[in-house]
Amino acid sequence: MSVDKDTVKKIARLARLDVPEERQEQIAGELRAILSWIEELGEVDTANVEPLASVTGHSLPLRADKVTDGNKVDDILANAPEQASGFFVVPKVVE
Amino acid sequence: MDSYLELTATQARAALQNKEISATELTNAYLTAATATEALNNYVCMTAEKALEMAAASDKRIADGTAGPLEGLPVGVKDLFCTKGVATTACSAILKGFVPEYESSVTSQLWSDGAVMLGKLNCDEFAMGSANETSVFGAAVNPWSAQGGADLAAGGSSGGSASAVAAGSALLATGTDTGGSIRQPAAFCGVVGMKPTYGRCSRWGIVAFASSLDQAGPFTRDVADSALMFASMAGHDAKDSTSADASLPDLQAALHASVKGMKIGIPAEYVMDSMDEAITKLWQQGQDWLVEAGAELVPISLPHTRYALPAYYIIAPAEASSNLARYDGVRYGARIEAGHSLDDMYEATRAAGFGDEVQRRIMIGTYALSAGYYDAYYLKAQQVRRLIKDDFDKAFEGVDAILTPATPTAAFPLGVKQDDPITMYLNDVFTVPANLAGIPGISVPAGFSDCGLPLGLQVLSGAFREDTLYTVAACLEKQAGFSGQPPRHAAMMN
Repeated sequence: MSVDKDTVKKIARLARLDVPEERQEQIAGELRAILSWIEELGEVDTANVEPLASVTGHSLPLRADKVTDGNKVDDILANAPEQASGFFVVPKVVE
Repeated sequence: MDSYLELTATQARAALQNKEISATELTNAYLTAATATEALNNYVCMTAEKALEMAAASDKRIADGTAGPLEGLPVGVKDLFCTKGVATTACSAILKGFVPEYESSVTSQLWSDGAVMLGKLNCDEFAMGSANETSVFGAAVNPWSAQGGADLAAGGSSGGSASAVAAGSALLATGTDTGGSIRQPAAFCGVVGMKPTYGRCSRWGIVAFASSLDQAGPFTRDVADSALMFASMAGHDAKDSTSADASLPDLQAALHASVKGMKIGIPAEYVMDSMDEAITKLWQQGQDWLVEAGAELVPISLPHTRYALPAYYIIAPAEASSNLARYDGVRYGARIEAGHSLDDMYEATRAAGFGDEVQRRIMIGTYALSAGYYDAYYLKAQQVRRLIKDDFDKAFEGVDAILTPATPTAAFPLGVKQDDPITMYLNDVFTVPANLAGIPGISVPAGFSDCGLPLGLQVLSGAFREDTLYTVAACLEKQAGFSGQPPRHAAMMN
């Protein structure tokens, strides 16, 4: 499987990155180089090896499902690029 | 004022307690120094007013007899730590204008222990880089230089932290280390950099890169200062679900303990063809020093070492692609209005806000996690990660610590390694395995290259055994007797 321009278009879409047409070929080349270097991992026999997602060795701690904080609308909106009436404003989603 | 800059944190702390100097005087000396070394670009924002307020409060607490462990000590903060009321950008255009309403747990702990904040320090964008060249503010510069040579990389991602501590423009600095981002720049700049055991320092309030690997740690002039600062940064935090609820070993005792009888592992796989000859020699020298001090060397094998970097370059970008999904131009940071839809706005904002390296890693991560490739890349990398951790677990059954070089080369000139991402990635060959295994590592300046640039040795220990790490590091420091100021130290700039 080789990364081509179409793959770049697809990944860019999934990652919500606007990658201009004229850069797609170059990026495909970069990704191919990195992925072919990563292919080395194929040499390792990993049959029956449990994947390691976290080194902590403990399961995530649980807490009571209680509200412990709140009433911080102003703090939460303080950095919003656009806000109105206590809400974040985004471009219209529904016609 | 220059004499203030020569004190280590441990010495400054004693001088403050004995009222030989005041926190205000010390802070002023560092603010002056930071201004004098502006050309090194290690600060992205100075908080002079806040620093002087905090110093005045420190002076009061010292007078009242209520001084904390870091009372009055000036600290620079990597711009990856959220600081309440002070712009925090992760050195990315996408966080332009972001001023957190909260303080990271680690920096909160530093301030409540009396430390004084000097400002925010330069780093690679979202901590992704090994030369600080991906920063939207431009690269931090290494205060060391080869005679008549070009500006050298301070290393990365915590390049500003290493540069500031080396240049005498911060007494202490925070860093974060996902694949070597503390230890590599520390080695390049001739200072001590420590990455704690994963879970020691809370990640809460630190801009996330790869959550299963990220760990905060200290940059200091010497090993004793490192233990002092680490003790303030560490501790359990309910706000970070991976924070470890484990008490710290006695670090002060560890600094003075002997390595006599300790077993030090020397991994065969860390011999690299591409390594500078001076580094090979220094590594041998480090082994001799430890033997002279009574330690025993044990040849060990970490067979999966060569697969650590490729595994890292799947796992870290995969986690990053997920973590960086939050930068969408809606809740904080920059927004670029484009097209007509919400998706158009997202895509335009993220394309304009993220730099090339960050976009490259998001793309790699997104690809590795996408349908059809998840098992081949992400799962495979996690399986290899398990094998790398198993290698270390097995090694630590027979040794107390492991000695390796910190980096394969001394600091390189800025601008030379940008064309090929993989060449840049290879900088972290000796540091990445510790992140994958979650174990602590420290880089100690121990010698010089043929051109007179600092070189570091790395000590690794088992998880939660920072005491062993500091015992071995203190021994190396004493034996190496590393000294000397970089040519672009603040004291030379006045």
